[in-house]
Amino acid sequence: MSNSIGEVEENEVLFIIGSNATEAHPIIGNKMKKAVKSGSKLIVVDPRKTELAAMANIWLPLNSGTDAALINGLMYIIVKESWHDKEFIKERCTGFESLMETIEKYPPEIVSRITGISEDMLYETAKLYTSTKKAGIFYTLGITEHTTGTANVMNLANLAMLTGHLGIENAGINPLRGQNNVQGACDMGALPNTYSGYQDVISKEKREFFERVWKVKLNPDKGLRIPEMLDESLEGNVKAMYIMGEDPVLTDPDANHVKKSLNSLDFLVVQDLFLTETAKFADVVLPATCYAEKDGTFTNTERRVQRVRKAVEAPGECRLDWKILCEVSKKLGASGFEYRNSEEIFNEIRLTTPSYKGITYKRIDKVGIQWPCPTENHPGTPYLHKGKFPRGKGLMIPVEYEEPAELVCEEYPILLSTGRMLYHYNIMTRHSKKLNEIRPYELAEINPIDAEKLEIKEEDFVRVTSRRGSILTRATITDKVKPGMMFMTFHYKESPVNELTNSAYDPISKTAEYKISAVKVEKAENL
Amino acid sequence: MITFIINGKKTMVEEGISILEAARENGIDIPTLCYDKELSAFGGCRLCLVEIEGYKNLVTSCSTKVQEGMAVYTESERVVKVRRDILDLLLSNHPMDCLTCDKVGECKLQDYAYRYDIKKGSFEGERKNYAIDSLNPVMERDQSKCILCGKCVRVCKEVQITNAIDFSGRGFKSKITTAFDNPINYKNCRLCGQCISVCPTGALINKQLKGIRPWEVKKVLTTCPFCGTGCNFDLNVKDGKVVGVTPNPDSPVNGTSLCVKGRYHIDFINSPDRITKPLIKKKGEFVEASWEEAMELVVNNLKDTKEKYGPDSIAGLSSARCTNEDNFVFQKMMRVAVGTNNVDHCART
Amino acid sequence: MANVNIIINGQKVEVPKDYNIIQAAEILGIDIPALCYDSNLEVAGACRLCLVEVERSEKLQTACSTKVKDGMVIYTESEKVVRIRKQILQLLLDSHPNDCLTCEKAGECLLQEYAYRYGVKFKEHNGVKRPKYIDNSSPYILKDDSKCILCGKCVRTCNDIDERRVLSFSNRGYDTRIISDTDQTLETSKCVSCNRCVAVCPVGALIDRRQINKDRVWNLNSRTINCKSCDYGCEFEVLSQNKKNIAVKAKHPTNGRPLCLRGRLITELMYLDNPDKPYRKVDGKFIESSWTKALGLGKIMEKIEKVEKDNA
Repeated sequence: MSNSIGEVEENEVLFIIGSNATEAHPIIGNKMKKAVKSGSKLIVVDPRKTELAAMANIWLPLNSGTDAALINGLMYIIVKESWHDKEFIKERCTGFESLMETIEKYPPEIVSRITGISEDMLYETAKLYTSTKKAGIFYTLGITEHTTGTANVMNLANLAMLTGHLGIENAGINPLRGQNNVQGACDMGALPNTYSGYQDVISKEKREFFERVWKVKLNPDKGLRIPEMLDESLEGNVKAMYIMGEDPVLTDPDANHVKKSLNSLDFLVVQDLFLTETAKFADVVLPATCYAEKDGTFTNTERRVQRVRKAVEAPGECRLDWKILCEVSKKLGASGFEYRNSEEIFNEIRLTTPSYKGITYKRIDKVGIQWPCPTENHPGTPYLHKGKFPRGKGLMIPVEYEEPAELVCEEYPILLSTGRMLYHYNIMTRHSKKLNEIRPYELAEINPIDAEKLEIKEEDFVRVTSRRGSILTRATITDKVKPGMMFMTFHYKESPVNELTNSAYDPISKTAEYKISAVKVEKAENL
Repeated sequence: MITFIINGKKTMVEEGISILEAARENGIDIPTLCYDKELSAFGGCRLCLVEIEGYKNLVTSCSTKVQEGMAVYTESERVVKVRRDILDLLLSNHPMDCLTCDKVGECKLQDYAYRYDIKKGSFEGERKNYAIDSLNPVMERDQSKCILCGKCVRVCKEVQITNAIDFSGRGFKSKITTAFDNPINYKNCRLCGQCISVCPTGALINKQLKGIRPWEVKKVLTTCPFCGTGCNFDLNVKDGKVVGVTPNPDSPVNGTSLCVKGRYHIDFINSPDRITKPLIKKKGEFVEASWEEAMELVVNNLKDTKEKYGPDSIAGLSSARCTNEDNFVFQKMMRVAVGTNNVDHCART
Repeated sequence: MANVNIIINGQKVEVPKDYNIIQAAEILGIDIPALCYDSNLEVAGACRLCLVEVERSEKLQTACSTKVKDGMVIYTESEKVVRIRKQILQLLLDSHPNDCLTCEKAGECLLQEYAYRYGVKFKEHNGVKRPKYIDNSSPYILKDDSKCILCGKCVRTCNDIDERRVLSFSNRGYDTRIISDTDQTLETSKCVSCNRCVAVCPVGALIDRRQINKDRVWNLNSRTINCKSCDYGCEFEVLSQNKKNIAVKAKHPTNGRPLCLRGRLITELMYLDNPDKPYRKVDGKFIESSWTKALGLGKIMEKIEKVEKDNA
């Protein structure tokens, strides 16, 4: 997030796009609702009628996957009405002219046809968003889990720059990160192209710095991303994999493709808490420790580095993750893995990662600090881009609308979207008795009109089939989804929705199009 | 800043705050059952009544602002007498089952009865008698123990913004209900349990913490392992086992708020499904193995693969669920010990 | 000592053969409820709460007084055992005042703990209850017979010290009570206010008066210290709130740890921020006293004053 969670309540306009915050980020969702209750205006862009959509001043139930067209259309109106922040653009941005060339192609009548949103609504939205400086954009995977995900994010940046909604309090572009430490895992360099602190592996200078710290020659080539790893293992180029705490079989798209890839490996190690669907493919499974059994830090979506503390002993012979990794590394002949505790690792993180440099365990004992925090006297950074962007001037990169990779057709007439629900979190919560008791099985959302056509009643079993797979699930009938649309979560291994999803991915981020797959639905025998 | 006098002591406080808050700032604890600094003032329980010089009536300190020169007495004879009467009335319509009540040790009504030495209610007459709503997995609602302070209603309305519950009925028949008085379930409530945290009596009980006395647990402040919001809370530990979660008011992101996952997830920690020994696949079946054996297998296979096909034939998936320290060591292992940049995690899913 | 092998609740354990079942269970971390058992006192087998089921034995056995035998198979929470325990607890509650709301023992009361554990509640009935006989003659000990469950721990611990032997049982059946000497008050009896009885009482029948109305135990922090009064070094807990030490509390007297009033007062004086006034018993009457007198330091203080004056 460019801004802080605490700032949400002071936003005068909340522009929420592709984010079901009240279910996926409940505490942030509460703050949004609180803001709306105390007078903030709410714009929600979501094909589903989420809780926030239902209370929005403007709800835009756009056709799935047409976000780029929508944003371009809004920018068209903003510029035509001269609501853009000319000074901000002049002072802090470049690329305005080329952006203009592209958005010229998106007048309201065309955008309205693509997105299914009326021209009036587009106009009202543009007006409301530009009515105040305190307008923040919030997005989640509804924006990124498309083949045009990266472009969508860039386009939101275009919108914020165009209107000068950056570098100030209560505004900005705020991705609500899905997982507890996805921010931290990226910060730590668990990425094929960067070391910790987003230092490029192909930069000679950065590489040499790490070679000095780690006293070893480092590989100068970019590594593979998850989908590439899977593809390359099918090709026979990746022979062995080490998977820690992830379950791609359930969470990655096109599960059957994932399974095939894992099967073609010579050797697979999985380090996890449970015998996950992925672990079943492993040659060796190592028992790891959960967050309540270890010391360390997580970094949340507002870049706040916070302590995790050991509360209980790990069961049986489970070992700390980093200890297992250190032992493997040492046995592979490497040095520099002689940490005695997690704080020593953190100190190495501080040494190698400028944005973490000023953060110490002692400083975050009670309250976490938001990076960048370059020195031990620095208070941390609640919001980014004050005064200037890291690269100097903000670059506006025009984005064209492209159709989703898969469209509904006669054979697969229903558009399936996936996401999370309030009571579960990915897969692990299924092991929490209380949470599982609340929602023990999948309830695929289907519109009453479709349900009637298919003669489906509440909680009936249905068979959902896509070009890639076919699964059974129960259905619930609700107008949260539009006719012709369906929504499922990916929490249930009994109804593994990712056997259906499309692994077509964004060319830059390699994020798959989880949000759009074409499926057909049939009534099934009730089990 | 304005000057006011509390129990004879002159002190400076900020203008615009309530007498109750001003007293707290000066280390004086005025009893209250319905006040919470996160919620709007309600003035419902009347226990925070104080005496002010020159005022005919006692006033509720939670809803009265301090004024310049005000002289307030928080424990005068008159105040104490009224408080004792209020407690007497409350206890006269309250089940006497402190012996086995799950709230003991955290019950405000008990605290104040002890403080003002009210052994039991002295008024005979009808008592509330409602069935306990316990059909959901997470909370127990016993309206017979409800003192109608309305904190649950306000926290649901003002903090959680779900409006699942509200007052219904009048007079003796007043109670807190859901729409149509249905039992609590996931359809009419988000089961966040915020109402349980604020309830001053045993009317709302966290089912997960039933059977555990609050004085038996050790609290460990940590960060939630679910979404990216990064809420902090206290893990409640008894006999080396995590038994529940309670909010920690010092949390910068969430304060005392928690969602259903944060509050009730802990069973997975103690799940019998956890793997507790290394497993090695032999003839298609997993068998338990020693760490030495498992490690040897891992290291030998990685070594062989690296020697035969080069470091880039090995790939690693780190985890957005693990700590920064785990992730840092993972990528360092891949880059330093294996020699490849093939490291990724599900950052984009 | 030879060992024997037994099985408790399906778990095997090897223990010395002079162990009783309750001790063996403790090794496995199995808590058998008991109101009258104390490892430092003679076994009484009075409360019957520790009854357990032993395979091939017709009757339930009291775990505190039954020695382990090789091959014994024991169930500590079988249906039958639990049913009996609930009945015992119900009977105890039926003759116990329902004032846990404000009882000083709440939070440390074993009757409360077991009632909670087995879900036994007070019930309304018209039968007799123990008479409300309260002895508040002592400034150190409050004795409330209505809460007494007659476990006899106080009697046993008092009689462990030859020159004390103040408490004993009197009367029979429902009229049974614990009395001081020949049914005198704590003040007129030869009670020395050592608080041994208070430390072992499982319920609110014997309460440390100097702790009353301070705060609930669960709100206090506690730290264990050793008394500096004599070589025994009895253990006391120093109870504190908001970093202020507000009370001291005698811990269980173990073997050779007699506890005494002098030690307690010295500990209070050393650790508490605002110690309450001390009392001395003079001719069967408690009188408020100065610390110098209460601790018998009169002559020493005089001497100190004199010596320091002379040297000045």
